[in-house]
Amino acid sequence: MKLSNKTKVLEQGEMTLAERMYLPAIVGGMATTLKHFFSKPVTIRYPEQTRYLGPVYRGQHILKRDEAGAERCTACGLCAVACPAEAISMVAEERKAGEETLYREEKYAKVYEINMLRCIFCGLCEEACPKEAIFLQHDKMVPVFHQRDEVIWGKDKLVEKMDHRYLRDGWK
Amino acid sequence: MELITTVFIAKAIIVGVVFAITLGVAAYSTYFERKIAAFMQDRIGPDRAGPFGILQPLADAVKMFMKEDFIPANSNKWLFIAGPCLSMLTALMTSAVVPFGDSVTIGGATFDLQGIDVNIGILWVFGIVSLGVYGIMIGGWASNNKFALLGAIRAASQNISYELAMGMAIITILMITGSLSTKEIVEVQQNGHWNIFYQPLGFIIFIICAFAECNRTPFDLPECETELIGGYHTEYSSMKLGFYLFAEYINMFISGAVMATLYFGGYDYPGVDFVTQQFGSNVASFVGVGALIGKSLGFVFVFMWVRWTIPRFRYDQLMNLGWTGLIPLAMYNVVVTGFGILVGKPFMVSIAGLVLLIAALFVYDQLLVKKKIA
Repeated sequence: MKLSNKTKVLEQGEMTLAERMYLPAIVGGMATTLKHFFSKPVTIRYPEQTRYLGPVYRGQHILKRDEAGAERCTACGLCAVACPAEAISMVAEERKAGEETLYREEKYAKVYEINMLRCIFCGLCEEACPKEAIFLQHDKMVPVFHQRDEVIWGKDKLVEKMDHRYLRDGWK
Repeated sequence: MELITTVFIAKAIIVGVVFAITLGVAAYSTYFERKIAAFMQDRIGPDRAGPFGILQPLADAVKMFMKEDFIPANSNKWLFIAGPCLSMLTALMTSAVVPFGDSVTIGGATFDLQGIDVNIGILWVFGIVSLGVYGIMIGGWASNNKFALLGAIRAASQNISYELAMGMAIITILMITGSLSTKEIVEVQQNGHWNIFYQPLGFIIFIICAFAECNRTPFDLPECETELIGGYHTEYSSMKLGFYLFAEYINMFISGAVMATLYFGGYDYPGVDFVTQQFGSNVASFVGVGALIGKSLGFVFVFMWVRWTIPRFRYDQLMNLGWTGLIPLAMYNVVVTGFGILVGKPFMVSIAGLVLLIAALFVYDQLLVKKKIA
């Protein structure tokens, strides 16, 4: 049944003289390859060259601080609950007097660990976080590790450095 | 005695240099094959070993030598080893008769820049190229593997079929030159009287047959991966496999040199007289060597260019093209060339013959072949 007029019926009769001689088609094909020979390669030499992956790429995790430099995380555990790979674990602690400049909320994460072998970089921790504390950076990837003890990342690697703050495209 | 020693040393040096050039070119052909393939596919190609990857052939050679040298349990051990050796031997022997340059005069003695100037030169090339199929056939047979044997049988039948058309194409060259010696064939073509102008049809037939003889795409059916795994070298590993692949690249370079010798004036290049007057005949000869090698490398590029353009032929298409296409064409070419020599205007007659051929094909096509339904 004919549904539309877009169908093109292909007639494969005898080949024409030029087609049977092969040579015109071969010369045409060789012209095409020669054109590509002189065109610019599309290769990106990865470790040396990188390209911009977009503002929503999910790379290395970061625990944000607020403008004053206090950690935003309040150790509610929602990220750990949301994590489908069960990569996140934490130990909560009550903020002592005099630590207000270090931690924004009254409860904070004394230990915050992400197992980088388990993490699947889905970004659900970022979605779950009510305090806007954890993010997956769009411009930085987790480096390759070679030893077992490099796999679990603690707060020393995760918390944002104040002299090198993370800013995503579209943030102020 | 003195003279004999000098000649012997000179020949030894020439043979050594030709050997080194051939092997070096073959080694770097593997690198340029990959580079050219990459460029034609908008990639970069090997670029990790050394600047621009120029040490890649060395890395490949090290890899080849380090791999396990495996000989199948039920194979014929000695024939299995003899296969790649024969392939390599025949590939290297062909270059003996290629005249790489005109003669050079050093200290009053004159040396031809050629391995041996035998008076059956081009027949020698044919004989050795025909022997080349033994390397593949023995390797395929000794592997005791049906795919290897099928590949070897394909190689043998393909080489035999295309040698006929190739020989017919060369007969016209012999008719023009009147000699089998490669040196004389080149000397007749000096000062721009290249055979390509008198034998365009013969050259097309010859280059198609050269592709088939070298087992290169589009005629690389002996190693057709989709049908035969790896063809005749399925069971080979390590440097034995390396020798088979290497022999193919040597064959490419040598067939390029033979094509340059037969059709593109050998070591002839525009401006020989000018260079001879300015710098002397020795310099002119060495520039001629460069010209010949340049032409050969040009052909090697064409081989690679075709490989990365055209898909493989089917086996019946291959046989059809060889037996019903190229051999009649070559016969027609012999007749036309003979007529040209008889009339005394070879150039005019060869062009007229080509035009006549195309016109005849066109008329035949119009009258007798079923048309596509419009």
